[in-house]
Amino acid sequence: MTILETKKLGISFGGLRAVDDFSISIQKGQLYGLIGPNGAGKTTVFNLLTGVYKPTDGSITLDGENITGKSTIEISKAGIARTFQNIRLFKNLSVLDNVKLGLHNRVKYNLLTSIFKVGSYSRKEEEMNKIALELLRVFGLENEAQLPASSLPYGMQRKLEIARALATNPKLLLLDEPAAGMNPNETAELMETIKFVRDEFDMTILLIEHDMRLVAGICEEICVLNFGTVLAKGKTSEVLNDPRVITAYLGE
Amino acid sequence: MSFLSQLINGLSVGSIYALIALGYTMVYGIAKMLNFAHGDVIMVGAYTIFTAVSMLGLDYWIAIILSVVFCTVLGIVIEKIAYKPLRKASPLTVLITAIGVSYLLQNIVLLIYGSHQRPFPKIISVKSIKIGENLVISGEAFFTMVITIVIMIILTLFIKNSKTGRAMVAVSEDKGAAELMGINVNRIISITFAIGSGLAAIAGLFFASTYGFIGPYSGAMPGIKAFIAAVLGGIGSIPGAMLGGILLGVVEGLSKAYISTELSDAIVFSILIVILLFKPSGLLGKNVTEKV
Repeated sequence: MTILETKKLGISFGGLRAVDDFSISIQKGQLYGLIGPNGAGKTTVFNLLTGVYKPTDGSITLDGENITGKSTIEISKAGIARTFQNIRLFKNLSVLDNVKLGLHNRVKYNLLTSIFKVGSYSRKEEEMNKIALELLRVFGLENEAQLPASSLPYGMQRKLEIARALATNPKLLLLDEPAAGMNPNETAELMETIKFVRDEFDMTILLIEHDMRLVAGICEEICVLNFGTVLAKGKTSEVLNDPRVITAYLGE
Repeated sequence: MSFLSQLINGLSVGSIYALIALGYTMVYGIAKMLNFAHGDVIMVGAYTIFTAVSMLGLDYWIAIILSVVFCTVLGIVIEKIAYKPLRKASPLTVLITAIGVSYLLQNIVLLIYGSHQRPFPKIISVKSIKIGENLVISGEAFFTMVITIVIMIILTLFIKNSKTGRAMVAVSEDKGAAELMGINVNRIISITFAIGSGLAAIAGLFFASTYGFIGPYSGAMPGIKAFIAAVLGGIGSIPGAMLGGILLGVVEGLSKAYISTELSDAIVFSILIVILLFKPSGLLGKNVTEKV
């Protein structure tokens, strides 16, 4: 079953063609890698998929629903969640509250009941606490629930960002350079976490990564971007041995 | 008058500044703009009560509720019409627009009610409280302080414990990330303006009751002082606005009593200069180091 399909996706900033003719198709439960040299347009693709940028051409289909040109909020509700290259947690909020923000649209209660603390308020807050703590437990963060997010060590912040994204109940999870700034041990642990998320939540994951060990280790298929266009795509091992890909990465 | 009663006067005026400063600081924290029309919302709130009580003869409580509802709606409407289209404009553009809205509100009221000052109906009739031999707390001062404290507690709990409150903190930290979590940033900004303006209506009631008269420019001075209070406490910080407002009121009250009534405003305004020189982030604000 296809979860994400982009057809001839493209965007121009003035005269600059940042992404052109980007077509991929990701199946349910797949771990898909998006790689390419710096400035190739990888994060731009993420911004197109999440509605931060509106595509100038092409279409995006998520689980059969056309989400081209929709707003960030609509796309979040449709089921795409992401993490960021430079971690963007809500630093002044607690670890638990960060995850509860991901639940914002899943649990609803009336504004007035929250002021007067009556009716559905306590029940719904409790429900949110339960779901959020459950998610934190999966990532081994339950003991840090009440700490401010900024006090967590780097690797845990990465995990928290993934937990927060999962809280929105996505169909597709986008990870933007999850291993950035991590040492080999942390990267190895992260690979396990990503595989675990895929299996445990039956999640489809699209990730951008420079760490080739991580990409080769967990991605079933990859797509190589260069100067905004698809250089190669397909099975990871085949693509990584493609001479054109090696040239793009290492030069002539 | 004894020092204690001067202090209580200062605390009472200070709690009005704190209520107004909350509106400034919340809007700044979430929409990253200085809403200089905020002071005039206070004035509109006071005129609403004046109209309801003195002209239409309505009950006090109905007048107060009417005023809060009217200001809340006014705040939302101002944001939607004047500020929302400028979401991506430069801060200077938004600032000038806010000043424009301020003049607009003043002149609309001027047009409807004329320029002369109107006596404000005596709404708050709480008996004075006598403590010991010579300390008397006026009913108005007492009522103002109690209501302000209650409002602040409710507001703090609301922001800490509710979904909307959390979303407000999230939006103030990182609008983009909040939006990607599916939080409707425009709705959160609307709610912020609504709360700020509702508080301004209550501040308007207290302010007009304390001074007894209202005019089209009545909101300008408390507005600007509350802005100083917000900067003093650390703009963007809610406890900062509360602390800044109360401190400012006390400084103003004591300068009036012991230095000079004429100089009291100058003293208050020089606080702004001193704070900007020595601690620009305010008492409770965070020092932000720009990433280079």
